[in-house]
Amino acid sequence: MSETALLSLEGVHTHIGRYHILQGVDLVVPRGGVTVLLGRNGAGKTTTMRTIMGLWQASAGQIHFDGRPIESLPTPEIAKAGIAFVPENMGIFAGLTVKENMVLAARGGRFDQARLDWILTLFPALRRFWALSAGNLSGGQKQMLAIARAVIEPRRLLLIDEPSKGLAPAIVGALTQAFSELIADGETTILLVEQNLHMAQCLGRSVAVMDEGRIVHAGMMADLAADRDLQGRLLGLSLEPTP
Amino acid sequence: MSLANNTGGADQTVVLPGPGARERLGRAAPYLSVPLLALVALVLILAQGSSVPTWVTLTVAGLAMGVMLFIMASGLTLVFGLMDVLNFGHGAFITVGAYVGVTVLIWLGSAFAADNVWLNLLAIVPAIAAAMAVAGLGGWFFERSVVAPVYGAHLKQILVTMGALIVTEQLLLAIWGPERIPINRPDALSGAFLVGDAAIERYRVYATVLGLAIFGAMAYVLRRTRVGLLVRAGVENGEMVQAMGYRVRVLFAGVFIVGSALAALGGVMWALYDEVITVHIGQNLMIMVFIVVIIGGLGSVEGCLVGALLVGLMTNYTGFLTPTLSLGSTILLMVVVLMWRPQGLIAVNKGH
Repeated sequence: MSETALLSLEGVHTHIGRYHILQGVDLVVPRGGVTVLLGRNGAGKTTTMRTIMGLWQASAGQIHFDGRPIESLPTPEIAKAGIAFVPENMGIFAGLTVKENMVLAARGGRFDQARLDWILTLFPALRRFWALSAGNLSGGQKQMLAIARAVIEPRRLLLIDEPSKGLAPAIVGALTQAFSELIADGETTILLVEQNLHMAQCLGRSVAVMDEGRIVHAGMMADLAADRDLQGRLLGLSLEPTP
Repeated sequence: MSLANNTGGADQTVVLPGPGARERLGRAAPYLSVPLLALVALVLILAQGSSVPTWVTLTVAGLAMGVMLFIMASGLTLVFGLMDVLNFGHGAFITVGAYVGVTVLIWLGSAFAADNVWLNLLAIVPAIAAAMAVAGLGGWFFERSVVAPVYGAHLKQILVTMGALIVTEQLLLAIWGPERIPINRPDALSGAFLVGDAAIERYRVYATVLGLAIFGAMAYVLRRTRVGLLVRAGVENGEMVQAMGYRVRVLFAGVFIVGSALAALGGVMWALYDEVITVHIGQNLMIMVFIVVIIGGLGSVEGCLVGALLVGLMTNYTGFLTPTLSLGSTILLMVVVLMWRPQGLIAVNKGH
């Protein structure tokens, strides 16, 4: 796995209405593995994700994906470049069946059977509820569907916003396992916004911490996990899993 | 393009316990409201001393009016559902459709007035095609020039689209003049079928059949094709559809054009129903069209049909039972429906 950047943000500013949310974000996401974006609520993590995806337009700064500037591309072009987005609310089409949700995600409408089988092995619940309206799935199953949709086509970068939010610990464990398998090919990179520190620590290779619309720390997850002073300073908490 | 069926083992679904009776009734209730209204009207009409044939005539009239309203309203509900655009100018396409259609029918007057169904069709088909083509083209221009600059700003949308409606009406006045234009239906479309003692106007039956066929075609496209799947997903959460790599703006422009063309078809049908047109036809119908869209649930095509049938039936029943309440009754219907289901009869799950 090369350590060159897959995604980089340089001096990115984003305004939402008259609010100045991102105030010069500099972020490097290395190729392969999971990069975790940490930070308090309101720090600008979701805005960073949405700005990368083009759902909010950066008012200044550059975003490069695989060496190519993408900050002024429309969202569909960014998606076609190889970035998938799993928003915090999961963005499930509740009125469509699980199958229809997946058909839409498979561009061209045809599944790669081997890939579909692999995904349905990762998330067996989707196979069971294949013909059911997605609105009837449980929270954890919806999250699984959201992630399955994001990976039914091979993508180089997955932007996943707080996948563990509101889920039972067992489901979070299953998701963590699934993410590990997703990145095992070395071709897929995940940028993960996560408040569940245990999950973040298990998965994260590199980490960036945001505060007030800027990146205030970037480095290796192992270093942050080992330095309690740094954790206290950056996050006001400890990464030690609670006993 | 049909949906992929290449799901292999994934089709081995588990049989789930069905929904409870209460839930099933809740889902069926919007559809049952149409026969329920017809039944209540039957009781009231009989109680007033009138006969069953009267009820049959009124019901067919109501259904015909309902499907015409559905054709006009279906585009509006999808346009709102997909892009949150409140298009108060939708009525302009009804008017343009009526004028273009009627003009072509007058040009082809000898065929249209002939005592031969095939000759009549030879005039009606080009008239409808011209009306839909002009309105579709107008819809494309309208979307580019009027709607596109005001995405996301509802107040501006109301002002700008309302303004565009007024401008269109004035243009029509300048071209066609202020006089009402009469257009008499040919014999093949006039008169009535006699079913027992009930006289059922032929035109209303044809209009109902055409309207239901259009609903069937729309339902097929929405449920069975990939474009339909994209529209349904876009109505729920357009942002997510974009994030999956689809250009929702292009999809929206397509829906806008089809919606405008359907409004024009509704306009031609209404012109032949009323046998006269004025430049205010669209504006006058828009009140009912908006009520239909709101009752049905914004963004829902099925809801739009149910809402349109309810409005059509209600207008005809009250027009017979208590004529003074005719217009007010549809408002009352809207109030009752919204108190029962604030999101409309068949609410669309908006995910954003």
